[in-house]
Amino acid sequence: MAPKSKTQKETPEEVVASEADVAMTEPPTSHQPAVEDEDASMKDGDPFDDEEGQNAEDEDEDEEEEQQRVKLLPGSTPTAASFEFLEEGHTLGNALRYIIMKNPDVEFCAYAIPHPSEAKMNIRIQTYEGTTAVQALEKGLKDLQDLSDVVTEKFKASREEFAARMSA
Amino acid sequence: MLALRMKKPPTEEELERRKIVGINAETVTHVTSTDFPGHYPQEEHFWDINIFRDNLKVEFHKNDPLEVSFSLVGVDASIANAFRRIMIADVPTVAIETVLMENNTSVIQDEVLAHRLGLIPFRGGKEGLHKFMNFLKKPADGEDPQYVDYNTIQLSLNVDCTHNEDAAKDEEDPSKLYHHANVYASDIEFHPVGRQTKYFAGEDAIAPVNPEILIAKLRPGQSIHCSMLMHKGVGSDHAKFSPVATASYRLLPTIKIKAPILGKEAEKFARCFPEGVIGLEKVTRKEAAQKGSEYEGHEGELKAVVKDTMRDTVSRECLRHDEFNKKVELGRRRDHFIYSIESAGQWNSDAIFLESVALFKEKARKLEQQVVNMVR
Repeated sequence: MAPKSKTQKETPEEVVASEADVAMTEPPTSHQPAVEDEDASMKDGDPFDDEEGQNAEDEDEDEEEEQQRVKLLPGSTPTAASFEFLEEGHTLGNALRYIIMKNPDVEFCAYAIPHPSEAKMNIRIQTYEGTTAVQALEKGLKDLQDLSDVVTEKFKASREEFAARMSA
Repeated sequence: MLALRMKKPPTEEELERRKIVGINAETVTHVTSTDFPGHYPQEEHFWDINIFRDNLKVEFHKNDPLEVSFSLVGVDASIANAFRRIMIADVPTVAIETVLMENNTSVIQDEVLAHRLGLIPFRGGKEGLHKFMNFLKKPADGEDPQYVDYNTIQLSLNVDCTHNEDAAKDEEDPSKLYHHANVYASDIEFHPVGRQTKYFAGEDAIAPVNPEILIAKLRPGQSIHCSMLMHKGVGSDHAKFSPVATASYRLLPTIKIKAPILGKEAEKFARCFPEGVIGLEKVTRKEAAQKGSEYEGHEGELKAVVKDTMRDTVSRECLRHDEFNKKVELGRRRDHFIYSIESAGQWNSDAIFLESVALFKEKARKLEQQVVNMVR
């Protein structure tokens, strides 16, 4: 029998019994609803009937606003703040920590993943007077983009030079 | 305080020393980077894109379609590691995701067969795979997914095992005795739909990277009939979507010979390393004549010299011998990453790295936007 809450305890026996009956007729949790001809439609029918229109629609959706994944954690002041990033991990966390630590206006920066089974990454920034933690975070993200451009540029140049050397 | 203010800028030698991770017989030292503002008194070390550009070096060692090796010099481990992680987990590829089993009388169970099919790496037209193909949108609750030409590729596998009437009477090899005794990846057929006929035409058709992958074994009367749907996905969801077989880096080893290692000892020293790391050279007259070089009176003898540390595996074997212990210093360069990337076949190996950098930039760009939104 499922555990009952306080309010349920006070209900008359009959009601509880009838609820239990209803529950019994429901499919078990492992039950999978019957698939209605899904297979058939994929084999014979053309699932790709409305290509052109769909793609155009889809490309528009790419610009659709993403859900907010960065949050300022409570207890933050302008120069000392903690941010919570959803769906980010060590990949961005450590790189961002490094680039923010490279900022001379930053007194302290660290990142943590509070629990491995939650897709959350926290980053703490404390700055000296004259700038804010949010500004330091924005600068860090901008610097990472500049860095990526330089790496791409150098990588391509070196690759061309190597190809020339190999074919020579 | 006065002494601090008068501190001279660090010498080249000092800067070089700071980049080395010490490797001892039992311990590793100086692991973390120290190039941050405020770490060294009177030194700056702040982020500057121009300084970064001047210090960054990329050097290729090998560039094949399926394997690339290059050195990325002048970046921090946190950045190098971000690229590596993105290559493994975030660069998308197309793989079999849904298998519709129509008939499977082979000894391999449906779910095991489906799993095997999912793991087969496929190749195809690069433009079609990387630009045209897109992720399948997760349908809203209760709705069916929208399969269209730019998010789904259809494949099928139809094999029936039969007796080979032409086989010799005493033939024992099942592959000759029967037709389709072995089901290979090459038996998978591609069914282009819509614009796929343009992007995946001829040479660019969707096909397994290696046609000889064995999927199942059959005996007469058994058959496998199934159709499959491929979608784009990322390695963090399932390893079958990872574009790489391996993507790793190691730090460039350094070997510093502090005192001459001569004669028989030099030969033994060279044997402590893989071939080509340590070379043997004759002590020249000039060196022998030089006072304080510790080569005095050793003209013509063999001495150990460091030739190519790139080939070192850092086995530390030389540190086990007392005669070398004091004469050699092993280390690794903290900012010299030797990447080795093996593609599974869908991407060119060098393109995987470039894509990882592009995805990294995109990640930072999106989050910058998010931070702006947060403040607003």
